Amino acid sequence: MTIQELKLKSVRYRKNILKYIYHAKAGHTGGSLSCVDILNVLYNKVMHVSPENFSSPSRDRYIQSKGHSVEALYVVLADQGFFPEEDLLTLCRYDSHYIGHPTKKVHGIEQNTGGLGHGLALCAGTAIAAKKDDLPVRVFTVLGDGEMAEGSNWEAMMLASHYKLDNLCAILDYNKQQITGANADVMGLEPLRDKLEAFGWSVTETDGNDVEALANTLEHLPFTAGKPSFVIAHTTKGKGISFMEGVLKWHHGVPSPELYEQAMSELDQAEQSLLMENIPA
Amino acid sequence: MEIVETKNIPNLIVFSETLQALAENDRDIIVVTSDSRGSGKLVPFGEKYPDQIVEVGIAEQNLVGLSAGMASMGKKVFAVSPACFLTARSLEQIKNDVAYSDNPVKLIGISAGVSYGALGSTHHSLHDFAALRAIHNVTVVAPCDNFETTEAIKAAAKADHPIYIRFGKKGLPTLDRSHDPVFNLGRGRVIRKGSDLTFVGTGETVWPCAEAAKILSENHGIEACVISMHTIKPLDSKLMLSTASNGAPVITVEEHSVHGGLGEAVASLLFQNRFRNKFKIIGLPDEYTITGSQLEIFDHYGITDKALADVAKKMVTDH
Repeated sequence: MTIQELKLKSVRYRKNILKYIYHAKAGHTGGSLSCVDILNVLYNKVMHVSPENFSSPSRDRYIQSKGHSVEALYVVLADQGFFPEEDLLTLCRYDSHYIGHPTKKVHGIEQNTGGLGHGLALCAGTAIAAKKDDLPVRVFTVLGDGEMAEGSNWEAMMLASHYKLDNLCAILDYNKQQITGANADVMGLEPLRDKLEAFGWSVTETDGNDVEALANTLEHLPFTAGKPSFVIAHTTKGKGISFMEGVLKWHHGVPSPELYEQAMSELDQAEQSLLMENIPA
Repeated sequence: MEIVETKNIPNLIVFSETLQALAENDRDIIVVTSDSRGSGKLVPFGEKYPDQIVEVGIAEQNLVGLSAGMASMGKKVFAVSPACFLTARSLEQIKNDVAYSDNPVKLIGISAGVSYGALGSTHHSLHDFAALRAIHNVTVVAPCDNFETTEAIKAAAKADHPIYIRFGKKGLPTLDRSHDPVFNLGRGRVIRKGSDLTFVGTGETVWPCAEAAKILSENHGIEACVISMHTIKPLDSKLMLSTASNGAPVITVEEHSVHGGLGEAVASLLFQNRFRNKFKIIGLPDEYTITGSQLEIFDHYGITDKALADVAKKMVTDH
């Protein structure tokens, strides 16, 4: 898939995220918009996983640690053909499979997550088992920055480097905000890169809302043989919608009809200009 | 003190030997420890099967999360740690990563109950039945002797869903198997027959129940039924209801808080089925637990053959 096509997918994913959150009147808007470019590149460019190979033991695994940004994951999985997109009209409705955190009831999802600080240990177990069976499986997770305060993450960080799990790649959706405020005010993470490297990981930083940068970063895994790979993906919460970017209330804010129209119109424009770029001169 | 240390084999040793036997023919058997291979008597396992043991260090949350990930890849993972830490420090990992995600980890709580009696409440697990009973999709097991331990471990290896097995480290006699030679998860075993009253024990309290039954028979002509309710969840309601249908008193005995364990599970079952038998729950009361050896603590709280026989006699003879 070309970078141009990835960019177009990102805009369309954002439209769908907003559409289904607006319809459900619930969702984690800001975080889904910040991490969707990462999921886009993982599913369309990096990982070997699809509805066709989902029962294969050799498929790559994705376990979303920041479970609350599930709308981004649902939208990407629907686009991959794991289930019909219109299923998402039942998001958060009574007895729907499409609940507010990842659940294995939804085709394409590997593990139930939602409690924070759980994804990395699950990934480490998956990665170590794959190594024991000599399977070519690579394991990916997207972490939230707020959940980096969970001690369980650091237990898993320590283990992953101890066992040289270079088939494991963690990507931090570093939008620098959590529900109460800025990470720096709630519980500072910096100097983050130093901490991750001190825990034995091979660390790269990139623009997590730039699909080209992400694709280039994730093209050559592991970053260092014998080490787990960590991507600090610098992102913007609410990315792509002018009035949501960096504004805390959109953590789980649902737009009013007027703001929904405005947001969709901004995304329509972005889509149009990408399509214009595509037309050969 | 009627119960004395015996030269019998601890369930812990039998557990380790059973796992080694299973691992010999099955490369998917994996043991995960949190600096607990010594406490779990798993040093020989680690020496024999170095590729089938994973050490996580003292990090119980990681122990359970990692085990869930490995189990999702088809490994038969035994996550082994003292019951006190396994079912408290990593309770959320049990709830989410094991039970909710249905990763069939075999959670092994060693030195359970008050096995570490003198070490204080940090090292006691008197909450584990209650905590895990309230979580959907975990079978909860406390084997009473070497036979039940061996069978429980074998059953766990085959289990497609999460299971928690807890036992202690004291040497234990193997109880009478003549009435019920077979072990099945979810099916209590009748250790002794009798119709004047029923003892329902679990884990290491079944033996004092059986000894109490002997005293009652020999000294007072009272014939007690003794059930080893090794599976606390799902409870064997069929056996429990059929046994209690004679109307005789029921006494439950467990190495656990009187809140939320075997006793309350049995009480709930009987009461909701309109049984009005005399009923008593014996366990550890809701207080700062006395410290000492496991047997001293049992003695302090009336979990001895003599104390149980006294309580039983009073219930049978008082009108």
